[in-house]
Amino acid sequence: MSFISRGFRGKRRDAASSSRVPPGQYVVNDFPVLSAGPTPRVAFSEWTFVVEGEIDQPKKWTWEEFRKLPTEEVTKDIHCVTKWTKLDTAWKGVSVDTILEGVETSAEYVMAFSYGGYTTNLPLEDVTGGKAWVAYEFDGQPLHPEHGGPARLLVPHLYFWKSAKWVRGLRLLNKDEPGFWESNGYNMYGDPWREQRYWGD
Amino acid sequence: MTVQQSDLKLDGNAIAGLLREIFTMEMTTAESTCAGCHKVHAVGQVEVYMNAPGAVVRCPACGQVQMRIVKGGGRYWLDLSGIRCLEFSA
Amino acid sequence: MARAAVLGRLNWQLGSVAELVQETPRVASLVLDVPEWQGHLAGQHVDVRLTADDGYQAERSYSIASAPEDQRLAITVERLDDGEVSPYLVGEVRKSDKIELRGPIGGYFVWKGGDDRPLLLVAGGSGVVPLMAMIRHRSASKSTTPTTLLYSSRSEDDIIYKAELDALSAAGDGLTVAHCLTRMQPPGWRGYSRRIDRAMLEEVAWPKQQNPIIFVCGPTPMVEGVAGHLVDMGFDPASIKTERFGPTGG
Ligand SMILES: Cc1cc2nc3c(=O)[nH]c(=O)nc-3n(C[C@H](O)[C@H](O)[C@H](O)COP(=O)(O)OP(=O)(O)OC[C@H]3O[C@@H](n4cnc5c(N)ncnc54)[C@H](O)[C@@H]3O)c2cc1C
Ligand SMILES: [Zn+2]
Repeated sequence: MSFISRGFRGKRRDAASSSRVPPGQYVVNDFPVLSAGPTPRVAFSEWTFVVEGEIDQPKKWTWEEFRKLPTEEVTKDIHCVTKWTKLDTAWKGVSVDTILEGVETSAEYVMAFSYGGYTTNLPLEDVTGGKAWVAYEFDGQPLHPEHGGPARLLVPHLYFWKSAKWVRGLRLLNKDEPGFWESNGYNMYGDPWREQRYWGD
Repeated sequence: MTVQQSDLKLDGNAIAGLLREIFTMEMTTAESTCAGCHKVHAVGQVEVYMNAPGAVVRCPACGQVQMRIVKGGGRYWLDLSGIRCLEFSA
Repeated sequence: MARAAVLGRLNWQLGSVAELVQETPRVASLVLDVPEWQGHLAGQHVDVRLTADDGYQAERSYSIASAPEDQRLAITVERLDDGEVSPYLVGEVRKSDKIELRGPIGGYFVWKGGDDRPLLLVAGGSGVVPLMAMIRHRSASKSTTPTTLLYSSRSEDDIIYKAELDALSAAGDGLTVAHCLTRMQPPGWRGYSRRIDRAMLEEVAWPKQQNPIIFVCGPTPMVEGVAGHLVDMGFDPASIKTERFGPTGG
């Protein structure tokens, strides 16, 4: 590629400088909305969250029950595989450790699944140990449906497609299975620091 | 924070260029039969979501995913499993 | 129409800006010299690709505004202040700059002319661009196809191609233009003063017995609203072609 559009910079800040920006990413100030379909509008009265799969007693919460779980506030950098990075995003939600408390399982993987049909797969150890949350507030406000509200998964150390919007449960699996994007080109793991965007990366 | 009030929905016209990278034919006039509801639509008519890691094509009648196109790292991944049949003129 | 079914590779090419036309305060046309241009059909678009000096790229689609008969290729772009590509095309680009593009693209939202069915064109904001290519093609090919354009803009100042549309509809060859202004109307405004609704469509549309060909283009919510009304009114869904420009504008 040799042609350069005179005076074009694009909507981004300087990329290279910061040690907080993974390779190939650039920093944005706004919060782009990504969507693979119509935005589900889930009423709080209908919302539930479940843990199922390789588990003796599946777990289930209504919105009211879920909101009574202990919460955490975290500030994290997020990295979207479409190449934007957003620094210092502030979230409130429930740690996945809290959600899985007391669960006995032989599973090593989870499939997060969402209202609207989206799925994404993760190793269990990447959603436990203080690495993942089910978040329902962003920047001190209830999470807007465009960004995954009522609640979304937040797994900031992996590319952001792993942070399933409109999440409604986790399925515990013994074997890794590809989710929505992982079955069509995207990496099973998705570490932004190793630029694991696609199959074979 | 910018919030988009309406869904970021487009239609098959928006991926006409992308489809021309893959097919030698003009594909928006092709007719696709949905694997879910079996309804037939011109590719120009289908629903398309592009603000995503790939282009996602959905059936305007039943909403099911018909096609996923991912392009990156010098490769394409094309999932047509939501389309039962694609008809176009020779 | 002597277009082979199998097309060549769709290559990126460079056009140079021969002329910039400020159409409204927020909209400009870029008239381009594209040396290898193969010709196009009314309703088709091009993909424009911008490249920054560090390799960052952005791609967007823009409908072709010019008629196939015109000497040069024109696109018309509405500037969205918080957008990435449109503020570059309307604001930064100057005469004799080069623009990378590929096309012509598309075949579904295309009017070739040459049949007797009347045309109903419904536009919101910059959605008028591909419809203007059809109107210009109709005029350049001396077609007398009965044609109605129903065109929604925010205010009188936002009407794209206003003078040209006035002139073409005054020519008396079967083109009617109905405007509606959704936000602000000048004193003495005689057009519609609301968003396009079913009653308005019933007033301007051809009787369904005449089996019109219908093209609807603009912001996604407007296109879906209008197409829904037209189906409810009994028009053949197969004769209603739509093109969505996205969430904004209009
Ligand atoms: C087939 C086709 C033909 C078209 N023809 C024309 C034409 O003739 N003339 C014309 O002016 N336009 C046309 N468009 C629209 C054009 O392609 C661009 O979408 C438009 O110019 C905006 O691009 P942008 O880069 O300026 O804005 P973008 O940066 O894409 O943003 C557009 C707006 O949407 C918001 N937005 C975009 N993406 C997101 C996101 N992920 N999350 C949250 N908000 C977001 C932005 O904040 C902004 O308000 C056409 C579109 C299609 C599909
Ligand atoms: Zn279907």
